[in-house]
Amino acid sequence: MDDGFKADALFKALADASRRELLDRLRAENGQTLSELCTRLDMTRQAVSKHLAILEAANLVPTVRRGREKLHYLNPVPIHEIAERWIGKFERSRLQALSDMKQALETRDE
Amino acid sequence: MSDKPKFVYVIYIASSPEKVFEALTNPDLTEKYWFGFRVAAAGPAGSTFTARSPGGEKFNKGVILESDPPRRLAYTWHPQYDHDKHERPSRVTFDIESFRGQVRLTIVHDDFDVGSKMFEGISRGWPAVLSSLKSFLESGQTSDPSWFYEAVKKAEEEAQADRVQA
Repeated sequence: MDDGFKADALFKALADASRRELLDRLRAENGQTLSELCTRLDMTRQAVSKHLAILEAANLVPTVRRGREKLHYLNPVPIHEIAERWIGKFERSRLQALSDMKQALETRDE
Repeated sequence: MSDKPKFVYVIYIASSPEKVFEALTNPDLTEKYWFGFRVAAAGPAGSTFTARSPGGEKFNKGVILESDPPRRLAYTWHPQYDHDKHERPSRVTFDIESFRGQVRLTIVHDDFDVGSKMFEGISRGWPAVLSSLKSFLESGQTSDPSWFYEAVKKAEEEAQADRVQA
């Protein structure tokens, strides 16, 4: 993540709720086609396609061709690189502890 | 569908395909960025692939399925930890391409056993290994491995807890 241009593309790609929703959908089910991603989404096919192109340019969503289908995958590697860049080794275990605590407390409230 | 890849990871590295291939297959190099693990995968198709933990025990073993240096490498993946050694081996494929003066490295991990418990560890593991590989090849620096061991330990504990519940 030394390349400023790449970091800009990544942060811009993440700075949109619709695009983050697409990433969440891929995390829930990796390897979906455009049509599968369009179901139950309040977006036109063209809008989804445009968002996917931005995610692909930021290396967040690589695609694999299988026959006539184009499958989309969540690539968490660039997000991991930002985390490595900004979160040092000393913070990591404390942040993990806080995130575990938040999860435990929120689960108990349900 | 069974022929659909399960995980696809992509990273761009300012290096050459030859150096990336060497770094993926030579245990003296993997030891420096793969959190101390010695991964030996330089043999031809049909030969053995092993990965040894920093303590020296064999944590993963498999068979080289394809070796076409410096473009492509594939091996079976069969972790030897208590919680996943009973699973059928999965498959890891590396594709190394030149892309605008850099290397585009794609890893596809698929062909998992039905009901595999390996996903959690994998989705944490590969991004960490890949960004450490990138730092190693581009600047000689490597990531701190301690959190990786914590993540592995945690995955093992969670798998143990799942088994107790089931």
